[in-house]
Amino acid sequence: MPLPWIIVFLPWAGAILLALLPRARLAALVNIGISSVSLLLALALPFDDFGPSGWTHLDPLNLPLLLVGAFVGLTTAIYSAATLEAEALDALGQRAYHAAFQGFMGAQALALLADNLGVMWVAIEIATVATVLMVAIHRTPAAIEAAWKFFVLCGVGIALALLGTILLYLAAQPVLGEEGLSWRALLGAAGRMDANLLNLAFVFLLVGYGTKAGLVPLHSWLPDAHAEGPTAISAVLSGLLLNAALHAVLRTKSIIGANPDALPTGPFLMALGLASLLLAALALWRRADARRLFAWSSIEHMGLAAFAFGVGGAATLAGLLHMIGHSLIKSAIFFGIGQAAALKGSQKMRAIGGLAASHPWLGWGLALAIAGIGGLPPFLLFASEFQMVAETIGAHPWAVLPLGLGIVTAAAALIAALQSLCFGAPTPDAGLVPGPAAMVAGIAPLWLHLAVAAWLALAMPGAIATLLRDAAGLIR
Amino acid sequence: MTYGQLPYDIAHMLGGGVLLFSFVLLYQRRITAVINAFAMQGALVAFAAAWQGVTQDAAGLFLTAAIAFGAKAVAIPLVLRAMVRRLDLERGVETALGIGPSMIAGVGLVGLAILVVLPATTGVHALAREDLALSLSVVLLGMLMMITRRNVIGQVIGLMSLENGLLLAAIGAAGMPLVVELSTAALVLVLAIVAAVIALEMRERLQSLDTHALQDHRGEQG
Repeated sequence: MPLPWIIVFLPWAGAILLALLPRARLAALVNIGISSVSLLLALALPFDDFGPSGWTHLDPLNLPLLLVGAFVGLTTAIYSAATLEAEALDALGQRAYHAAFQGFMGAQALALLADNLGVMWVAIEIATVATVLMVAIHRTPAAIEAAWKFFVLCGVGIALALLGTILLYLAAQPVLGEEGLSWRALLGAAGRMDANLLNLAFVFLLVGYGTKAGLVPLHSWLPDAHAEGPTAISAVLSGLLLNAALHAVLRTKSIIGANPDALPTGPFLMALGLASLLLAALALWRRADARRLFAWSSIEHMGLAAFAFGVGGAATLAGLLHMIGHSLIKSAIFFGIGQAAALKGSQKMRAIGGLAASHPWLGWGLALAIAGIGGLPPFLLFASEFQMVAETIGAHPWAVLPLGLGIVTAAAALIAALQSLCFGAPTPDAGLVPGPAAMVAGIAPLWLHLAVAAWLALAMPGAIATLLRDAAGLIR
Repeated sequence: MTYGQLPYDIAHMLGGGVLLFSFVLLYQRRITAVINAFAMQGALVAFAAAWQGVTQDAAGLFLTAAIAFGAKAVAIPLVLRAMVRRLDLERGVETALGIGPSMIAGVGLVGLAILVVLPATTGVHALAREDLALSLSVVLLGMLMMITRRNVIGQVIGLMSLENGLLLAAIGAAGMPLVVELSTAALVLVLAIVAAVIALEMRERLQSLDTHALQDHRGEQG
């Protein structure tokens, strides 16, 4: 079996195993084990050949996202094991949670690896169903409300993406025949396809997958879904699911971009990106719920990445860096917020304060991560935002004003949140105080993510830089 | 294949029938009537798939047709009806928009679908093109139904009717690979949503045995 297939099927086999395991502690450890093996397999991917194997393919665009996905998957599994007690799931809930987690991991890997756009669609659908289950797992009215909204909006979204996929096939059929859903074949033949039909397909695919990526005005499921369910789920929702959806948009954009007569795709992405950035920058102020706050920040960053891909040229590389940096730092923030919410017994902003004084490792880690997500150096998002603005000045000078305004407003809101969460007088610990081992296992992933995000920004190895440049070359 | 030939005309008629039932869904006032109309639409989509299987000589489409018929014309309507009976939900459908305005909006959406699809698909086979216009209309009407219904069952039936439109588009694209797998995957999504609705309604029901309390919770739960 080719290595990419093992990366998809291992988590799914693990999901079946975890659904059968009755003991929570054992299941959490098995979950870590499966995620570790997945990471090791993903680390072997760079030594595999680029190219297709059946319905999957490996290329410079999906490889870095797969590596980040496997890494975040493992740290999230560790974090999740450390905080499982605080989540207070019943026996059935615990089994469903672990099975859905690995089911999601396999589906997001397949969504990235799929060469056949039909398979990619199925993978994103499976990822949606798995995450809905995890969001609803506490079964409180708010959780059910959030899961329902998530399900219905994303159900319509992926239904439209399927219509777009069918339209793409109709465009490809006269040229490619039965091969018409393979991304590589579509890319090669796009120049000979009917441009009108490609335009129509692009609109549906952009709206469909854009809903999953949380782009405004299709974002409204995202803050609700991030505020419910175990915090570990928010980390993979923001870190992995949004990337998989944006990656699907990028694949589509490349196909349409390869046809000279089709509409330029850039302005669509720039418009949706700017709308997401500006709305989120305003919404970040006055949020009462910490997880909702950082969910809005995910909308902001998906908007920034989409904007960068819309600008194109060298900004494409900035967009890719942004996706990776956001994935690493945002999941770190959710680890910190989850830990803080468990300590304080509430995820409301006013219940959490003065963390740096009462729990220095947690407080300082969270403070650095929030600064990082606000775009301050020395983390990856500083590098990507800087490059993005620099490219925009050259390509679309008019867009610099709204872009800069959005980035600065959002950063200011995040710094204000940083001050109220991490500094000032500590609020009382009203929740469950975890044991020292659980505390370390809960905080270590946060610092590890920060270290990786700083390492990639300050001293990115040449091989990774080349890989990312090749990936940017694939997006037209 | 073109107008006046039997394979084309039957396919066209079945597609038109699916669209007609999207309008029927829009003006039903009782939940059971909505469920019945949805079952009829599901049966028509299944027949359309089977007919495409005959004309395209594609055996896989018969499987798609059988699965669609079993799920959408039989199983889902039976389950929904049993739930409505057991939970005593039998009453009028609350709509956010009256019948007249919904029908006018529906006609407008069909016009929009035709205006969008026909100019964009001049290079495509005539039947695929007509089917696409019909299926986009069904998709848009499904969305309209989701918007104009206040209760969960109405919204879910809107989503399922939207999915019928997708199936119509997929079977019309002759030779599309994975059509069976994709239509089944879309159906799984629909089944998951139906299961979620049942869980939701049961839960509401179990929390309070008083129907008045249930009524207070309606709509906003969605």
